[in-house]
Amino acid sequence: MRAPAAAGANLSLDAVDRALVIATQGGLPLVPQPYERLAEALGCSAQEVMGRLQSMLERGIIRRIGAVPNHYAIGYTANGMSVWDVPDEQIDEFGGKVGALDFVTHCYHRPRRLPDWPYNLFAMVHGSSRGEVLAKVAIIADLLSEACRAHDVLFSTRILKKTGLRISGSD
Amino acid sequence: MPESVALDAVDRAIIEHLQGGFPISPQPYAVAATSLGIGEADLLARLQRLLDARVLTRFGPLFQVERMGGVFLLAAMHVPPARWSEVVDLVNSFPEVAHNYQRESAQQCAFNMWFVLASESDAAVATTIRRIEEASGLPVCAFPKLREYFVDMRLAVRA
Repeated sequence: MRAPAAAGANLSLDAVDRALVIATQGGLPLVPQPYERLAEALGCSAQEVMGRLQSMLERGIIRRIGAVPNHYAIGYTANGMSVWDVPDEQIDEFGGKVGALDFVTHCYHRPRRLPDWPYNLFAMVHGSSRGEVLAKVAIIADLLSEACRAHDVLFSTRILKKTGLRISGSD
Repeated sequence: MPESVALDAVDRAIIEHLQGGFPISPQPYAVAATSLGIGEADLLARLQRLLDARVLTRFGPLFQVERMGGVFLLAAMHVPPARWSEVVDLVNSFPEVAHNYQRESAQQCAFNMWFVLASESDAAVATTIRRIEEASGLPVCAFPKLREYFVDMRLAVRA
């Protein structure tokens, strides 16, 4: 059973948290005592660095700490953004069900942009081939059944840029 | 896109078991290495190699920008094929553009360029969208998150 993503309150960072985010957003130092190394750079103790990281994890500011794989390099060469037109009054019910499928990595309610874009439910599906992604999309289609009025799958054909989050150190 | 890189069983175990839960303790790599049944120096060397080979994009905290008071916004454009490379360069030149993907669908979807803007406020994101529209002469369609049902990018290794 996968827990739904928690709803988030905006929590701003104090100056030291912010300095810690800037110091770690490119990654942790690959040395035996990385928090000690960060503490030296920030002018505080390793104890404080660890306490702040723990607190940011608990507050959801850090989702997790660890390896962030390039999904193409680990075999997921097909990624499909499946998009669905679901009645607004049912979207939370179906969003929760689609998000709970183990092959869906992201699932959101987003606005329609009529007339070009009738879809309001977005679910990312990754696989080793387009065929595998489409088979998984068919499972979503079965789950939504008549509640879905239209759907499409947008495959990425090229990564044009991927840098991730960078907050600036200037303010 | 990078080619698949040959991974051995230990590399796979590192990628699968260390996507979260890295210890917050004085010698975390030693703790993580023990749980993987390898030595600390081996783990550090393998992480460096996996990063160099771009099998890993990063090793460290994964931040949720909204919880810092920041904003992530998905946006899309329809870029005419004749202007494709020019508009790619333009859009990518904005530091707020964190990811940018070319996408296609069997149903000829309305938008062929999809990017994520990451910034520290709604106002900064709105300004970036306006600048992209002015510089390209093309409309940018924003798809803000109305509700997040699930997010977790942890994937088992297939390579």
